Amino acid sequence: MLLIECPWCGERAETEFSYGGEAGIARPKDPDALSDAEWADYLFNRTNPRGAHKELWNHAQGCRRWFGVERDTVTYKIAGSYTLPVPTGKKGP
Amino acid sequence: MRYSAFSLLKHALSHNRHWQPAWRSPEPRRKYDVLIVGGGGHGLATAYYLAKEHGVKNVAVLEKDWIGGGNTGRNTTIVRSNYLWTEATQLYEKSLKLWEGLSQDLNYNVMFSQRGVYNLGHNLQDMRDIERRVNANRLNGIDAEVVSAAQVKKAIPHINTSPDARYPILGASLQRRGGVARHDAVAWGFARAADALGVDIIEQCEVTGVNRDGGKVTGVETTRGTINASKIGVVVAGNASVLATMAGLRLPVESHPLQAFVSEPLKPVLDTVVMSGAVHGYISQSDKGELVIGAGIDAYTGYGQRGSFPIIEHTMEAIVELFPIFSRVRMLRMWGGIVDICPDACPIIGKTSIDGLYFNCGWGTGGFKATPGSGWVFAHTIAKDEPHELNAPFGLDRFVSGALIDEHGAAAVAH
Repeated sequence: MLLIECPWCGERAETEFSYGGEAGIARPKDPDALSDAEWADYLFNRTNPRGAHKELWNHAQGCRRWFGVERDTVTYKIAGSYTLPVPTGKKGP
Repeated sequence: MRYSAFSLLKHALSHNRHWQPAWRSPEPRRKYDVLIVGGGGHGLATAYYLAKEHGVKNVAVLEKDWIGGGNTGRNTTIVRSNYLWTEATQLYEKSLKLWEGLSQDLNYNVMFSQRGVYNLGHNLQDMRDIERRVNANRLNGIDAEVVSAAQVKKAIPHINTSPDARYPILGASLQRRGGVARHDAVAWGFARAADALGVDIIEQCEVTGVNRDGGKVTGVETTRGTINASKIGVVVAGNASVLATMAGLRLPVESHPLQAFVSEPLKPVLDTVVMSGAVHGYISQSDKGELVIGAGIDAYTGYGQRGSFPIIEHTMEAIVELFPIFSRVRMLRMWGGIVDICPDACPIIGKTSIDGLYFNCGWGTGGFKATPGSGWVFAHTIAKDEPHELNAPFGLDRFVSGALIDEHGAAAVAH
């Protein structure tokens, strides 16, 4: 059983959380400007590393907030949790 | 004949000290025509069909551990071909046809037992999906039938078909030609047959790098030195992304642990295979009497060959829901394999953007049933440098074109 630290609620059992996959995948600002291959890379391709992995988790049966976790995909040891950057509302480049 | 009642007796009298290995253990040569990375069932089958069907015999299979020690020895051995979409059905049916003659072909008893596979329906939508899938199967020439709850109960007396059950059984699809096989024998049979045709099977040889010259592969770095080849087929299941990264490629797969369980041996109690997507478990009984049980993957990605505790609990709940009689059966062993899941739950078998580099991955939770067929089409793809019509729809390009083959819900969650 993984013990995952929610940044707001503290350490809880893994059954309280749902998994959100690889972190840090930004949705392209202008999808129309991408080739089909670039769009497919955003949509489907994943790093899927053997070792350290930054990933998203949602405290689905708790505060329901999303946050990031760095976890080793071989030992399943969790290095720590972090809050995600808050959107500024400003338009990007 | 290598094995007979007489040879068993003879070796027994000499305390079984003189058995010969079933395949050689050669030192790797510096150069081969084709390298197969991954010595599981799929890789060994690929090497076997390369030698047998295409006359390509200067082949080495590189395995980082031992033959059949990965997913080949870690699955629940179910074989069937009742998928929904034509592309998938034809691919798995090719495999099922090969299974039907495999023991003869390899001269090795893989204990393929066509004891039938039931996929249960627990609500009206399940039954509509089952009828749709059975009709699709029949249009594709696959044996399939819809059976009622009463027929399920008659065939499987211990199953709980009470209408008061939390998830009542309303009926099932049945593929009578489906069944199970002995997974270890599949690996050993293919290894022995490939070896006899001249294929070098090199165990304890981990690939650590993929060498390229421009847009072509030239060989691999391994823990036993550099090995050159102009064609390399990668069949490494859960480690597909690791090998892809070595070659500078990105794949649309994620690796997850999938657990399986066996119980203590029981007297014969279940003579078919029962799967349920809704309560999410599947079960059969091995010839030794153990119940062989599987369920879902861990939600998170992982390469540790073990599974999480919540999945164990969930699996047991599902099995006891279906078979209350098994509530006091004790589990003997459990283990995890690492499965590479594709977004559309279908495999990737084909060429890559690098000349001479071929990938066969993404089988996810259902690769065992495809072992001979996967090797057969992959051997064709490598030998001819183009996919066979059976695996042409399964190229990496489908993720760019959008021609996905969506088998996720359709073929039942449990593969």
